[in-house]
Amino acid sequence: MSRKKLSRREFVAATALSSAALVTAPYIRGAYAAGTLSIGFWDHWVPGANKASTELVNEWAAKEKVEVTIDYIPSQGNKNLLTIAAEAQAKSGHDILQMPTWWPQAHAELLEPVNDIMDQLVNQNGKVNGTVNYLGQANGKWLGVPASVGSQIKGPCSRIDLMKKHAGIDVQEMYPAGAPPKDENWTLDTFLKAAEACHKAGVPFGIGLGETSDNVDTAGAIFQSYGAELVDAKGNLTVKTDAVRQSLEFYKKLIAFLPPDVSAWDDASNNKWLVSGKGAMIMNPPSAWAVAKRDAPQIAEQCWTHGFPAGPKGRFAPYLPFFWNIWAFSKNKAAAKSLLVHLSQPASVEKMVVASGGYDLPAYENLTKLKVWEEEGPPKGTLFSYPDPYHRQTLSIAASPAPPKIAQQIYAQATLTKMCLRYAQGEAMEKTLAWAEGECEGFMRS
Amino acid sequence: MADVALHPNRVQATKATRRRNGLHNALRRKSTVAFLMTLPLILLVAAFVIYPAFYSLHLATLNKSMTKFIGLGNFEFLFKRDTFWLVVKQSCIFAISAVIFKALIGFIVAHFVHNVPANKQRRWRGMLLVPWVIPPAMSTLAWLWLFDPSYSAFNYTLSFFGIGPIPWTGDANWARFSVILVNVWYGAPFFMIMYLAALKSVPEQLYEAAAIDGANWWQRIWYVTLPMMRNIIAITTLFSLIVTFANFDIVRILTAGGPLDHTHIFATWAFRIGIEGSDIPLGASVSLFMVPILAVAAIFILRDISKRGNEA
Repeated sequence: MSRKKLSRREFVAATALSSAALVTAPYIRGAYAAGTLSIGFWDHWVPGANKASTELVNEWAAKEKVEVTIDYIPSQGNKNLLTIAAEAQAKSGHDILQMPTWWPQAHAELLEPVNDIMDQLVNQNGKVNGTVNYLGQANGKWLGVPASVGSQIKGPCSRIDLMKKHAGIDVQEMYPAGAPPKDENWTLDTFLKAAEACHKAGVPFGIGLGETSDNVDTAGAIFQSYGAELVDAKGNLTVKTDAVRQSLEFYKKLIAFLPPDVSAWDDASNNKWLVSGKGAMIMNPPSAWAVAKRDAPQIAEQCWTHGFPAGPKGRFAPYLPFFWNIWAFSKNKAAAKSLLVHLSQPASVEKMVVASGGYDLPAYENLTKLKVWEEEGPPKGTLFSYPDPYHRQTLSIAASPAPPKIAQQIYAQATLTKMCLRYAQGEAMEKTLAWAEGECEGFMRS
Repeated sequence: MADVALHPNRVQATKATRRRNGLHNALRRKSTVAFLMTLPLILLVAAFVIYPAFYSLHLATLNKSMTKFIGLGNFEFLFKRDTFWLVVKQSCIFAISAVIFKALIGFIVAHFVHNVPANKQRRWRGMLLVPWVIPPAMSTLAWLWLFDPSYSAFNYTLSFFGIGPIPWTGDANWARFSVILVNVWYGAPFFMIMYLAALKSVPEQLYEAAAIDGANWWQRIWYVTLPMMRNIIAITTLFSLIVTFANFDIVRILTAGGPLDHTHIFATWAFRIGIEGSDIPLGASVSLFMVPILAVAAIFILRDISKRGNEA
């Protein structure tokens, strides 16, 4: 086989030509050049809301050449919590997993820090609320990106007609759509008087005292309104304080005006209470109103979501955020971060909020005045005050500011509602406090 | 020499043949075939029962953040908690009372069905088994609607007689009654069908002999039926005790352990602590606490059965 000898000049020329061709040639990427990404999103209860997330993810995936798979995991039967626990144990699973409230803290050591993208998002979308700061960070490390999907405030949803007729309160005037609230007189004292009046009229407030989230959240906000903490931010026991005693006294009075079966209520009970037309107020995100819109439109037309009554230490409202988290064992962290930035863009957030009918609440300061809350109805403007557009409330979560791993136990074991029930059922105040102190001591084990 | 040279691998070949024959013989043995046929099940049991059991033992020895081995520290911690002892008490009340009522109702209904003419028995057996064949998660949801705090169908019916409303799931004692009632409703058909099978195997001659001796109805039951059914009663009770102690779905759906933790049993409290409270080691310890209780019950019941077997 004959071989042509390559001269030095020819070699240099060929090399230069090849280099030039490589540098100037357009970069052609394969269909999924940037790898794969698996995502576990919370399965939204609003029909069609998942579609917005899917569209946003696909749009990003097409641009970034990433092959994505999305699983929508429901919270019914705590399926999402079981998935989180299983993936944490197996150290394998989705790259991005959406977690509610306490779970990023519970698995802080297994999550990829996202400080780099959070700094960028906070600069772009405004500060995040206090609850997101409390639940989303551990030792200066951001554990996840606050997800608008699923995040909610569980404030009062009142019946306009019943509150006006029996309690003499015009909730639309107090929280007008499109204008700042006139809520100076909307205090826990006013709330208690209204509860009494509505109870007398046979349409009591539907506030549960069971062991599920809705019940615990309301108790948490009321305790915080009195400045009551069972465990303080440093982890000290603070059960036997006047603030806790005042909260229990308030609840004892309130329980007398609630339906007799509230100790057995779960998260569906208050929704049913509103939709059945039996009550003048519940504490819930607008899901109950949305169900009423479908099943009892005449009741939905009379619903108005608004701010929490203020206590001696301020106006607190329960806020329950979801987070998008990246597992430390994810094989495509760069792509995961890129997607989370895309999902947190104002346009993406708005798309998801609109798809949820205004149920989802972004955590960022600049994203609480979207049009959807002005326009949703009937009645028009019923959701205007839902995202707290004038920042009149401290958005908080029950059991905070205790260190999150202790607070999660207080929350999960429903210590607050159990205390209220024990005291209201006739147990001595000091005995109730001693019981709660014993429980909290147990929650402090590391 | 030539022969040797022609068969250099004879020794190996003989060994291989022997090995082949050995394998062939082994495969022809019934026990080997039985083992091979059960192997898939053994593997499944190993993967889904034995491994998780040992893994939960391992989890129970870790601290809350699962970073340190603490031996029996979780159990030591639990023993100091009032709520834990409340759960132990309730689990015992729940399991023992539910098993007693299931056995009693199953026994009575089995007698009724046994006395139904043979051509109509199939229909009755089928109907009475319905609660047992419906998945409990589904049937308990129906019970939840019947017991609903605000819209209970039972209370609605009782109101026509001027009774109620009864706080089926809102009061500690009523809530305990409700979860036990649903468990009895669900489990009694199992006892019924087992007892019915046992009743059918009691020789008719024994009853005839007892009748000749002048035994009355009660004496026939006490001296003939019960001794003949003793083993099946013991096995059924043990099986049901294990299943009832480990129950989760009925309590979880009906009361979720409330009010004030007064209906929590081991499995529901373990779930509350382990999954909802993110303390998996403590949750594993709670669920493992059932093991010694059930082991003691199993030893006594099985020893009694084998003793009677030897006597026979």
